[in-house]
Amino acid sequence: MFYRTAGQFKTTYRDDQALFPIRQDGVLVGIFLILAWAVLPFVASEFAFQTLLIPILIYSLAALGLNVLTGYAGQLSLGTAAFMGVGAYACYKMLTIMPWLDPVIAILLSGFFSAGIGVAFGIPSLRIKGFYLAIATLAAQFFLVWLFEKWAWLYNYNASGAIQVPNLTSVAAGGNYVAGPLASSLTQYYIVLGIVTLLTILTINLTRGTLGRTWKATRDMDFAAELIGINLMRSKLSAFAVSSYIVGVAGALFVFCWRGAAEPNLFDIPLSFSILFIAIIGGLGSILGNYLGAILIVGLPVVLNTVPPALGIPISSALVEHLNLMIVGGLIIFFLIVEPHGLARLWGLARQKLIVWPFPY
Amino acid sequence: MKDTEGYITEDGRKIGGVVMEMKNITLKFGGVNAITDISFDIREGEIRAIIGPNGAGKSSMLNVISGFYIPQEGEIWFHGKPRPQMRPYEVARQGIARTFQNIALFEGMSVLDNVMTGRLTHMKSGFFSQAIWKGRAEREEIANREIVERVIDFLEIQNIRKTPVAGLSYGLKKRVELARALAAEPKLLLLDEPMAGMNVEEKEDMCRFILDVNDEFGTTIALIEHDMGVVMDLSDRVVVMDYGKKIGDGPPDEVRSNQEVIDAYLGVQH
Ligand SMILES: Nc1ncnc2c1ncn2[C@@H]1O[C@H](COP(=O)(O)OP(=O)(O)OP(=O)(O)O)[C@@H](O)[C@H]1O
Ligand SMILES: [Mg+2]
Repeated sequence: MFYRTAGQFKTTYRDDQALFPIRQDGVLVGIFLILAWAVLPFVASEFAFQTLLIPILIYSLAALGLNVLTGYAGQLSLGTAAFMGVGAYACYKMLTIMPWLDPVIAILLSGFFSAGIGVAFGIPSLRIKGFYLAIATLAAQFFLVWLFEKWAWLYNYNASGAIQVPNLTSVAAGGNYVAGPLASSLTQYYIVLGIVTLLTILTINLTRGTLGRTWKATRDMDFAAELIGINLMRSKLSAFAVSSYIVGVAGALFVFCWRGAAEPNLFDIPLSFSILFIAIIGGLGSILGNYLGAILIVGLPVVLNTVPPALGIPISSALVEHLNLMIVGGLIIFFLIVEPHGLARLWGLARQKLIVWPFPY
Repeated sequence: MKDTEGYITEDGRKIGGVVMEMKNITLKFGGVNAITDISFDIREGEIRAIIGPNGAGKSSMLNVISGFYIPQEGEIWFHGKPRPQMRPYEVARQGIARTFQNIALFEGMSVLDNVMTGRLTHMKSGFFSQAIWKGRAEREEIANREIVERVIDFLEIQNIRKTPVAGLSYGLKKRVELARALAAEPKLLLLDEPMAGMNVEEKEDMCRFILDVNDEFGTTIALIEHDMGVVMDLSDRVVVMDYGKKIGDGPPDEVRSNQEVIDAYLGVQH
């Protein structure tokens, strides 16, 4: 009933191609935006910022990047974390070499480095597909993390081998600290939210337009795509570039606006898998899914850690970890088998039901 | 027949000069000769059929024209010039669109999006314009949508516009595939068994569409078809292939009375 589409007629193609052709979708997204921009930051505790809000945004951004490559262009990657690392280290080095650079600008620029490296590691995709490509990206994952460890220049020859984010102010935050120990969670949240919002809008536009159709055609049937005039090399490499850009920015935010420090193994394979799980559970080939997936993957351990004790049930942290793994593993199997399009599709089905409600069809 | 002259068909359509000419094409797969020394031409505005028994090399011939297979020998002349070796996407950009024997739609996309992909060769907007969905990208999206909607109306698939193609019937999928090819506004349209697996009614519709496309847009069409009745009705000239060789070439009536062709179709031992 709330999702009545009757009476909403499209009289121009412009209307039909609007971002949210169904008015209620626009309203819903509006509600989420108001929550994220104007409500949550004022009610959230420090704990909520640090364990939920900021990481959910960063993880969803990384998943968005992976989704461009895997969900839209059909190229499987297991190296997401390493490309996040490239963004983080690039940001760190840029700010070391050019201390006058605004950190927000540096974060946005760091994506170009990961994009470049992403394209280089995307070249095998021109010859190999599926499983073999996944293995090639896994090689990128191991190689890059090895590089983060061995190339001391990357971490300014620190004895610890880790990068430590200094206190940095940004014009974008009105001169407040956006990174380092002095930065407030609220400021960091807004910087992250601003960048995530911006990149999400740009990605939505890309995926619904010419480039998006090029990617989807490449994903669905590459030889037919080529025979209707798509240059597969450009299609695949552009997907690697855009995807790695987004992932790189997510990596820079991960370290500069959340963790505050990074050791090379932070970007190891488990992080790659977490991002992949978010994309799968959320839904490959969906934008919304990345946020739903991130809420689930980031939120689940927090809920497991806090809810049972609040109900008076003691729970050990080892048990939480095991429960978390079991639930996530179960969900992955469920979604891969039953609903490959993930939470986003479940939401789509629910929406369809709401549109026709109270009638079954 | 001089290349520039052309001819007038039985039903009074004017056929122009040679658009594409295959000269002594030979294509081998390992030891198999899929095509052996075949030459024929396709003239502007005509409907050219390629027929022959299973495995004769018909699809291979279309794939050679599309640039998907590279012949070991022979030349392809397009608009009076030998065509250098090029990738399939470059061939498509020269105004050659096609459909496939085994439907090759983009299953994860809606009908509308599938047909829109047919317009990709005409899309010129830059990356940043697309990312902000302003300026050229937005104008292009609307202008191309209008063209696509005309194709959708033309092929009478308005009601499935927003449906994902994965669930469509075979006949409808074939129609959507034709829509995608037509959306490219090709000069030369290649159809690989457009009516295979269809029921009588669907076949009649498809025949009508093919004739209308040729008639209304003047599109040159090369098609492969097994149904002899359809071929006789539709085509202006027919190439007959058998075991990779050309065994006949000419107007349908002439080809039908050719003894070698009759033998090939009746399965006389070679
Ligand atoms: N990619 C390929 N690799 C190896 N052999 C091939 C390939 N494509 C076609 N052939 C062979 O070339 C010959 C001609 O095949 P083609 O598909 O062109 O025949 P066709 O006339 O289209 O037949 P049909 O009516 O069954 O579609 C066959 O012997 C086939 O096995
Ligand atoms: Mg064939």
